[in-house]
Amino acid sequence: MAKVYDAGVKEYRETYWMPDYTPKETDILACFKVTPQDGVPREEVAAAVAAESSTGTWTTVWTDLLTDLDYYKGRAYAIEDVPGDDTCFYAFIAYPIDLFEEGSVVNVMTSLVGNVFGFKALRALRLEDIRFPVAYVMTCNGPPQGIQLERDIMNKYGRPLLGCTIKPKLGLSAKNYGRACYEGLRGGLDFTKDDENVNSQPFMRWRARFDFVQEAIEKAEAETGERKGHYLNVTAPTSDEMMKRAEYAKEIGTPIIMHDYITGGWAANTQLAQWCQDNGMLLHIHRAMHAVLDRNPHHGIHFRVLTKILRLSGGDHLHSGTVVGKLEGDRDATLGWIDIMRDSYIKEDRSRGIFFDQDWGSMPGVIPVASGGIHVWHMPALVNIFGDDSVLQFGGGTLGHPWGNAAGAAANRVAVEACVEARNQGRELEKEGKDILTTAAKHSPELAAAMDTWKEIKFEFDTVDKIDVAHK
Amino acid sequence: MQDYQSSLSNPDSRKFETFSYLPNLDAEQTRTQIQYIVDKGWNPSIEHTEPENASGSYWYMWKLPMFGETDVDAILTELENCHTAHPNNHVRLLGLDNFAQCAGTSMVIYRGATV
Repeated sequence: MAKVYDAGVKEYRETYWMPDYTPKETDILACFKVTPQDGVPREEVAAAVAAESSTGTWTTVWTDLLTDLDYYKGRAYAIEDVPGDDTCFYAFIAYPIDLFEEGSVVNVMTSLVGNVFGFKALRALRLEDIRFPVAYVMTCNGPPQGIQLERDIMNKYGRPLLGCTIKPKLGLSAKNYGRACYEGLRGGLDFTKDDENVNSQPFMRWRARFDFVQEAIEKAEAETGERKGHYLNVTAPTSDEMMKRAEYAKEIGTPIIMHDYITGGWAANTQLAQWCQDNGMLLHIHRAMHAVLDRNPHHGIHFRVLTKILRLSGGDHLHSGTVVGKLEGDRDATLGWIDIMRDSYIKEDRSRGIFFDQDWGSMPGVIPVASGGIHVWHMPALVNIFGDDSVLQFGGGTLGHPWGNAAGAAANRVAVEACVEARNQGRELEKEGKDILTTAAKHSPELAAAMDTWKEIKFEFDTVDKIDVAHK
Repeated sequence: MQDYQSSLSNPDSRKFETFSYLPNLDAEQTRTQIQYIVDKGWNPSIEHTEPENASGSYWYMWKLPMFGETDVDAILTELENCHTAHPNNHVRLLGLDNFAQCAGTSMVIYRGATV
């Protein structure tokens, strides 16, 4: 029977709270951590989140009756306590796939983290996880090359890749900058990296940087006989300018470029990733601004969601946190989103903060990049935590070596190979790390000097954003 | 402070990817690495090349990959056969992961004279 138009404000839960709904295989599912204002019932708040992130507005409108809103609406289908925190709860919401443009993380996120985050009935709101149905995944282009193809392009097998971010991050001239890259690459690194805020400033315009760095790569390759790269950052004020820099990187034959996917924007990132796939270019992704979104346990977007966004939008590397370095990162949660980057099917696992099964279909994986405050003494733990499909990136831990970048690079390379050799022998890296490194240092004065320089440095602050666990 | 010894004119500067920054694997270390490949379920594959052609993706295959071979001694024997037939070449052992469709690992077992 046709509905009758009844103007006025209705409670959200009359329309959007559907506890008996069984999500479809094709629905996009979201888990929000909701902190409501006092006195508002959970069902009403959950329904409001579902409404405001899909079809609803604050009052009934006559045009609602021109369509089948019961088909298009988001549905709040479950509510759960947050372990250890009574101020908030989890709301699970299902969205029909028709609500979203194909291949557009921009469109999905505009709905899911749009107006609803400013909604007055909420004190705070956090998007904890999204399940993208494989039907939606297959509409996205994803990583340009993927992990296996990157290994074949770069000829690196059976070990983590090694990188180094060039420091000081700002202020070097192009020629001096290229020198720093060359020294690191000839010492045994696979990659050097532009820091995220290196774009095209007056002290070093992008074009001069690209030319000198490419010369550094080519000489280091000839000298070592190994394949090398440098993440040339093409992040730019406009996407036209970004594409211009990417085209030039291709013209000079460099293997990998870089983009900041949050500050640069997801539309630009998706465009660049598709171009990279069409042009045989690897794409390294930096995540500046992520901590603004993901660090507060009650408000924002969890990094595991940002990880899924990047895998769909496209990138071959993504910074993941190190677990052991200077930057924030809970171990179990980090292991969770590392799996989200690399694996083809990830099971729900609340102990690692994963709320949904995620099937990536045939979409390639992304290599996690561990970077920030790490040095040779962290190597055994890093190899154990990250395994082979990772980039371990030592900035200060390469450039801060008392004998310079080449020696610092060699120290890291010897350390990573010694750890891989020991792991393959069945040794426990985190327990026997000191012995493994000490033995390796006997034939590497560079490693011995590095171990001597950094042994006292530790980062032991507690993480702010932890997995929710019961406290009573 | 120590100088970093590496140059275009010094062939000792040439490396061979994984494990080439460590001293040559001895016989026992080689065995354990082969055992690792076997334990992973990867197919051992032997390749060799003239050192001057080492930078390409394709080295010469020594026979076909040893599909399903799990006997470490049999793999060692083939490595030795390849080395005997091509004493001046680099000889590497790969573990081919047919699920990833990519080598799981690769290591040079016999190092030829670099150029």
